[in-house]
Amino acid sequence: MAGRLKIHVDPGKCQGHARCKALASELFELDEFGNAHEAGDGSVPAGLEDKAWLAEANCPEFAIEVTEE
Amino acid sequence: MSDASIMPAHPPVTDWVNDFDHTDPRWTENPYPIWDQMRAVTPVAHTNRFQGCYMPTTYEAVRQISHDTEHFSSRRVIVRDERPEVARNAAPPITSDPPEHKPAKQLLLPPFTPDAVKKLEPRVRAICSELIDGFLADGKCDAAQAYTKYIPVRTMAYLLGIPESDSDLFVKWIHQILELSIKNESMLVQAVQEMTAYFTPYVEARRNSPGDDLISYLLKARDKNGQPLEDSHVMGTVRLALIAGIDTTWSAIGASMWHLARTPSDRKRLLAEPELMPTAVEEFLRAYAPVTMAREVMKETTVQGCPMKPGNTVLLSFPSANRDPKAFPDADKVLIDRKQNPHSAFGLGVHRCVGSNLARMEITVALEEWLKRIPEFRLDPADKVTWSQGTVRGPRRMQILFG
Repeated sequence: MAGRLKIHVDPGKCQGHARCKALASELFELDEFGNAHEAGDGSVPAGLEDKAWLAEANCPEFAIEVTEE
Repeated sequence: MSDASIMPAHPPVTDWVNDFDHTDPRWTENPYPIWDQMRAVTPVAHTNRFQGCYMPTTYEAVRQISHDTEHFSSRRVIVRDERPEVARNAAPPITSDPPEHKPAKQLLLPPFTPDAVKKLEPRVRAICSELIDGFLADGKCDAAQAYTKYIPVRTMAYLLGIPESDSDLFVKWIHQILELSIKNESMLVQAVQEMTAYFTPYVEARRNSPGDDLISYLLKARDKNGQPLEDSHVMGTVRLALIAGIDTTWSAIGASMWHLARTPSDRKRLLAEPELMPTAVEEFLRAYAPVTMAREVMKETTVQGCPMKPGNTVLLSFPSANRDPKAFPDADKVLIDRKQNPHSAFGLGVHRCVGSNLARMEITVALEEWLKRIPEFRLDPADKVTWSQGTVRGPRRMQILFG
């Protein structure tokens, strides 16, 4: 069985396209400039795994990393 | 005076790979087969027209140039016949390079976050609804002139705190700057002078009595030394809001509606499954990305094996990148449920469009309001859709029949 997922947004790559927030609002937060970071410690709650992969696949800057713990 | 009489003719293109011209009527009509042909031969094409210009054709080449601010400058963002002298504070931050770019961009970001633009949504919905009221009973309209044009122009006027009734004036300036100036530099100068004259009293009035509009926001902004922005910076950014925020979204809404008018299956599916709207909007943005930017080569470099030399400009084609089959399977098909879609319609790298969240909201609301009131519609077979020329592509005449 696959382990739990963790997400991380590379702040050096994020340019604030906000695609991740639109696709997985539970997993990402935007700062006052609209740049994204992972919510909390980046742990993906059970049931939201597909949204994590979707956010990663749609980031135009390839700034999101999803890892299995 | 017609456009044709003030635009010098360019010889017709016979070799798209070595002599391309983005003002050729065939490019304006349907650029996608041309780009496919160029992409199949080279990741970076070159033309001697426009005093020398490259065009990256693949997603990877566009991405590399977008991320490389060392070799490529944004001081020229439109590829023209002439290279007018570079103006300071032309339209920051779009015309800025590092290190000036970041502070200019940062100060403009907060009013354009998803949450900030959500506050404008009720006004945009009302604008769409009022426009539809104006032509619904006619059973038809030129959607490009009666609907898609006025949504961004009135939204931008509302955001700047200037009268929405001056919309046609803004449209005229944008046409001069983005289309006519490619072949006639005096059009650019004239439009910029008129814009400055128009906005100066508004800027002065807001200085004395600020509101919650974008002009007041710029006047209140302070740089890292606590100093207000120079007047030329404020004016340049107001110009940018009009130039970048109107033609672009007008084109994106128009191209999306053009697709739905000629693709009944997608139109019916969106009506039946409205939850598909966000995915559909991203797909319309990918497939019909309206905006091509420009860069100027500052230092010699190599992109995807192609040497790029200073003195040339670059036609930075996000629309061609979005049609690269190596980056997007079935790139030439419009799939409104496309799951993986990291498209470049709003640019890549530090110059990501500051208004992207506003544009997405406007496109979504425009389509939702139209579909709510006019669920059945099609292109008028007796008429011909015409497209804008130059760096922003979208329908400029689009007769639509309802029902």
